[in-house]
Amino acid sequence: MKPKFIIGGAVIALALGYMIWAGITQSAVYFVTPSELSAAPVSGKAYRLGGLVVPGTLKWEPKTIDLAFSLSDGKSTIPVRHKGTAPDLFGEGRGAVVEGQWTREGYFKATLILAKHSEEYQAPHPTKDGKDAPPPKRILETLEKSPR
Amino acid sequence: MIPEIGTGALLVALTLALYGAVVAAIGARQRRPALVESAQHAALGVFVLLTGALLLLIYAFLTFDFSVRYVANNTNLGTPFYYRITAVWGALEGSIVLWAWMLGLYTLLVVLRHRTSARELYPWVLTVMLSVAAFFLLVMTLPAPVFARITPIPADGRGLNPLLEDSGMITHPVALYLGFTGFTVPFAFAVAALVTGRISDFWITTTRRWTIVAWYFLSLGLLIGGWWSYHVLGWGGYWAWDPVENAAFMPWLTATALLHSVMVQERRRMLRLWNLALVVLTFSLTLFGTFLTRSGVIASVHAFTQGAIGVFFLSFLALVVLIALGLIAWRWDTLGAQGELDSVISRESAFLLNNVMLVAATFTVFFGTVFPLLAEAVRGEKISVGAPFFNQVNVPLFLSLIFLMGVGPLIAWRRASPDNLKRNFLWPVVIGLVSATVLRLAGIGSTLVAISLALTVFVAATIAVDVVRATRARRAMGERVLPALGGLLLRHNRRYGGFVVHLAVLVVAVGVIGSQTWSVHTETTLKRGEQAELGGYQIRFDGLRESQESNHGKVTGTFTVVNGKAAGTVLEPAKKFYPQEQSPIAYVDYRLGFIDDIYLVLGDFARDGTSVTVKIQVNRMVSWIWLGGVVLTLGTVLSVLPERRKAA
Repeated sequence: MKPKFIIGGAVIALALGYMIWAGITQSAVYFVTPSELSAAPVSGKAYRLGGLVVPGTLKWEPKTIDLAFSLSDGKSTIPVRHKGTAPDLFGEGRGAVVEGQWTREGYFKATLILAKHSEEYQAPHPTKDGKDAPPPKRILETLEKSPR
Repeated sequence: MIPEIGTGALLVALTLALYGAVVAAIGARQRRPALVESAQHAALGVFVLLTGALLLLIYAFLTFDFSVRYVANNTNLGTPFYYRITAVWGALEGSIVLWAWMLGLYTLLVVLRHRTSARELYPWVLTVMLSVAAFFLLVMTLPAPVFARITPIPADGRGLNPLLEDSGMITHPVALYLGFTGFTVPFAFAVAALVTGRISDFWITTTRRWTIVAWYFLSLGLLIGGWWSYHVLGWGGYWAWDPVENAAFMPWLTATALLHSVMVQERRRMLRLWNLALVVLTFSLTLFGTFLTRSGVIASVHAFTQGAIGVFFLSFLALVVLIALGLIAWRWDTLGAQGELDSVISRESAFLLNNVMLVAATFTVFFGTVFPLLAEAVRGEKISVGAPFFNQVNVPLFLSLIFLMGVGPLIAWRRASPDNLKRNFLWPVVIGLVSATVLRLAGIGSTLVAISLALTVFVAATIAVDVVRATRARRAMGERVLPALGGLLLRHNRRYGGFVVHLAVLVVAVGVIGSQTWSVHTETTLKRGEQAELGGYQIRFDGLRESQESNHGKVTGTFTVVNGKAAGTVLEPAKKFYPQEQSPIAYVDYRLGFIDDIYLVLGDFARDGTSVTVKIQVNRMVSWIWLGGVVLTLGTVLSVLPERRKAA
């Protein structure tokens, strides 16, 4: 009885080991910063790219649902394109992680955008000069003014 | 004053728990019932004090006591009444209070139920449970003091994480924690059995119901978590292989293995060591899960970053594993099996294989979850292991498990004769093969989908074969069909409760397979009056409006969904703007159906309200997953009812 168990156990362990090894090598995605990616870009390989959304680069085209922006880590900047709206926490000047591929055309094609949580949930600081009034008010106001 | 009373109550509870743990152990060693009785009183005291602390915390939330840091961080003046109560366990400190309170409750129930029935083991069970409670009380005192004050006292709090303003927030953590803490009971009995050397099969039959109850609540917690993810997060999925989901899934897998292997020990006196190991593993995994989610080593909705707490949990986990391994090594000689495996074609063999598959799945999930952490620690590489890995490795494991689910309950113990196999499996196999062929020819999905669905049909057929045969036997004794069926379920409630739970798993499996295969989605920009088409439905955008709620502003889009026939359904997905948040939160709207769910997420909108970008999903068979939860509840209730077989 015993040797049977050992052989059976070994076969199962080997099969599982192989499945895990194959799975990890096929589907593990490397996390890179914009400088790391621009240093050695491999097109067609899956990456997770993390950086800050550069203010002024965010472009949204509702008709074609094309989203474009740049991610930067202070040293390098990578242009990113995505099909579809951005997630809720996404915005200029904030951290974001995108998953996708580097393309030959020289931009990062994102299939998934993960906006970074700022771990602590904070109330916005009271505005000192009124310049950065909370965005919701502004949107509500413009909606109110718009003809229905 | 109130917070100080709370802190005091927790300190007294900690002292009592430690006292009770020590005294129960001494009472057990020196056979002094008076000491054990004293420990019982300590357990009662711990529960009363924890209840008091929980009530004081709720009171602090209801009265907006922002002098308490935890209250100020998790609520504000606009938080509605209902969510001020759920906010109590909306973050780290409060969730530990809830956890400890439930542990206190379980300890009390163990006292009530076992103080006379398990004399030898009982004092040690008390020791273990009170020690675990003491650990959680220590966490509440040192790294996560829930009643800590804040100066200066803020005029208003920060508010609750808006994603947690949902009815799921009352049921999901409660169910999940009832599951997690529930596994302390079988663990305590296992340790007691090892310490006293009474490793006969008594402890395992005694804890069967406890394990089922904990397993049920954990299952329910997982399902409600999926429901929360589905209807709150707006990505249209219910399971993402997120580390936190995995943390709760791993103990579920090992507990499922345990529920099955226990039967082999009861029936065949085998797998003693294995069962002990599974109990220890399950309990350790609940601690590991808490470590993962509460230490901040991973980022997630559930992960409340805190420094020192990770060290506490990891140390306690190490202690638990060391003590358990030490005890097992000490009792090694007495842990040998009395029974032997006679044949590979037997029920014990099917159960063994089921256990191997479940533990393999646990290992896979564990590896995938910690691999990124290890890779970063060892090689400095940041890697993410996502859903593709978990799906690729687990799909074959889960499909074999479904197959075994059909084989296990019907195949004979010891050695199945060809006649036994033919009698039980001829029809189910035929039905399974036919349905695989039909599904494939109908082109309803890939070969994998056809095989998966055919496997569920096979299992359903085995259950049908058993029920029909048993009902017939009762009919032969002169009973009518319905009384025969009812009598069967009630008199053999343990066996048929198990079958109903299996049915629930099948229903969930069909939901998962169906939703993965047949769901469709699109994203598009619509002008007012314009319509999109998806999966046979027309979705028309009717307009946008804004409103002000108690603690947030809201922009709502109105859509009419028609599928050719009857009057349309109006769906109103929205964006909520919380003043404490920098960006809006999507509010999903959906219409659930037996087959099709229509699911709309407002993506973006023109400031003048003339056009919106909307994510449209037609998710199919997802409701079956929630339906599975209902069936699961029925099956669990049936299987924990007192057995009435002896009366028959």
